[in-house]
Amino acid sequence: MAIVSIDKEKCIGCGACVDVCPFGALVMADDVAAVTDKCTACGACLDVCPVDAISLPESAGGLSLDLAAYLGVWVWVEQFRGKAQSISWEMMGQGRKLADRRKTALTACVLGHGVEQIAKEAIAYGADRVFLADHPALAVYRTAPYAGILVNLVRRHKPEIFLLGASLRGRDLAGSVAAELYTGLTADCTGLEIDPESGLLRQTRPAFGGNILATILCPHHRPQMSTVRHRVFEVPPADPDRQGQVVAVETELDEGRIATRVLDFIQEYTEVNLTEARVIVSGGRGLGGPKGFEILRELADVLGGTVGASRAAVDAGWIPYEHQVGQTGRTVRPDLYIACGISGAVQHLAGMNTARVIVAINKDPSAPIFGVANYGIAGDLYQIVPALTEQFRKRLRP
Amino acid sequence: MNVIVCIKQVPDTAEVKINPETGTLMREGVPSIVNPFDAFAIEEALCLKEKFGGRVTVLTMGPPQAVEALKEALAMGADEAVLLSDRAFAGSDTWATAYTLAEAIRKLGAFDIVLCGKQAIDGDTGQVGPGIAVQLAVPALTYVSKINRVELAPAPGAIEVERVLDEGRETLQSALPVLLTVVKDINIPRLTTIADIRRAVRMRIPTWTAADLAGADPAKLGLDGSPTRVVTICSPPGRTGTVDMIPADNAERAASVLVEKLLAENIL
Repeated sequence: MAIVSIDKEKCIGCGACVDVCPFGALVMADDVAAVTDKCTACGACLDVCPVDAISLPESAGGLSLDLAAYLGVWVWVEQFRGKAQSISWEMMGQGRKLADRRKTALTACVLGHGVEQIAKEAIAYGADRVFLADHPALAVYRTAPYAGILVNLVRRHKPEIFLLGASLRGRDLAGSVAAELYTGLTADCTGLEIDPESGLLRQTRPAFGGNILATILCPHHRPQMSTVRHRVFEVPPADPDRQGQVVAVETELDEGRIATRVLDFIQEYTEVNLTEARVIVSGGRGLGGPKGFEILRELADVLGGTVGASRAAVDAGWIPYEHQVGQTGRTVRPDLYIACGISGAVQHLAGMNTARVIVAINKDPSAPIFGVANYGIAGDLYQIVPALTEQFRKRLRP
Repeated sequence: MNVIVCIKQVPDTAEVKINPETGTLMREGVPSIVNPFDAFAIEEALCLKEKFGGRVTVLTMGPPQAVEALKEALAMGADEAVLLSDRAFAGSDTWATAYTLAEAIRKLGAFDIVLCGKQAIDGDTGQVGPGIAVQLAVPALTYVSKINRVELAPAPGAIEVERVLDEGRETLQSALPVLLTVVKDINIPRLTTIADIRRAVRMRIPTWTAADLAGADPAKLGLDGSPTRVVTICSPPGRTGTVDMIPADNAERAASVLVEKLLAENIL
């Protein structure tokens, strides 16, 4: 029993499916395609088969939920030290569009302590209703109490779609909530739209280090849950006159029954953090040493940005891990990414190739970074970066 | 101390190339490796064993060839390994994967700590760790960069860790048992010698199928048990146009040309 099945009578042995399989699960055997254990039923082969020889078995569907009972779009509003995170307002903007498409309401979930103001902001950003859970035990984010409240709210009110920002807390929380609810969760989406025929949420996300884009559905479980990458959607304009309903959520939290305690927090990013940054000036092996980051920092300061690094620079000990951009570091999506002395390994590109504008400065004109860059200078960064800093300083000063 | 490590065999994404003509992934000859984040989890488990004694058991779910990943973990020093492999598991999404791994952990018996990498480099979801924790009803401490302290007594025991969040580092304490997902800067995985590899090759690695997971609901396994469906896969749209190379013979001039172009982009 293979996951996709191939009709050996129809197969003409063209091999198109073998080439397209992202998992290397299809092979040619006796001049027809055959499926191996690596198949994950992703369906990439279905569309390329010229003779429709490949089919995906319909799932029996584990649950028989009354799908029609699930209505509305929800957004979790993340706060840190009483301040809402911009990623949540990006979710509200997109959530509003999805709710309008589905002709339903948009609900925000605000959890914390002394965060009533955030509930009002959520309405200004498009919420029709806000669930406000305000309790001392919720002041600092912890997985278990946050997940417990959201799971209870979902079970009682049955939303159709639930969006969370793909921040580290958002991914932590969504993973827990979806597991508890036995529903589908698509991580780190870069696209969300309603399928015009089925009404299902089409969730698009990068995988394989950004080498492919997969579109994922959650057909038989509810809510359809996604975490969404930072800076994919715009923050909508806030309308302070917008009307909405704030519903206080009864929380019976007993500190003695929560297994975790937050003992300390050391805020390390007094500068703009990488995932929020609009401008990132990043350095790699080509810097030749830790001192190179000083001139990058000067350029970043002039541009109101922050400093990033490639894995090579971090592994060399020139700059702490927190600055690392790429597959084993952070995924960033700034408006401007200036890569200095970075060759552009696949893993680095995976973390930054969705930046709006990419500038590459590298001595080696054949470096792969130039393949993703909008603008390139094949020269000495130690001359070019200070010159850029100087000119931006003049031009950007009001 | 009983430590269980869940690992995944993944294609080395550094070796994945895109066919420029068809825009599809070229997977031929791409080597399979232990997910890099899972190597940190194995190393941390071995460090815990060195400090507290006990056993390190490594689990993976995958096709029969995933046994190679388990052999690497045994070569590093894990005491035993179990492969979960069955056609019934095929097509599992993160929910079904977490469910299946949790059922296997239940079968292994009592544990103090389950360790996972923060995410796998092929899927990049980071959802399986928290999913296992929910199934086992233990706290999930994600993105751990350091274990400060572990105390087995008084029961149930306690652990204090540092974890990396978007704004900085949090120190978090939890009761045991617990599940941790770890990030890169927690340790440097040890290297293995030829002798380690020879020893690992001789160790027996049992394969468990769905029939071995007596407590598992067959309807929650594999594709049937998975809430999500991948409907299409395509290569991402390439970045528009080609790179605009600015002559670099004069740094001042190159800088001023670039500044003008960036100001015209209206992004600053």
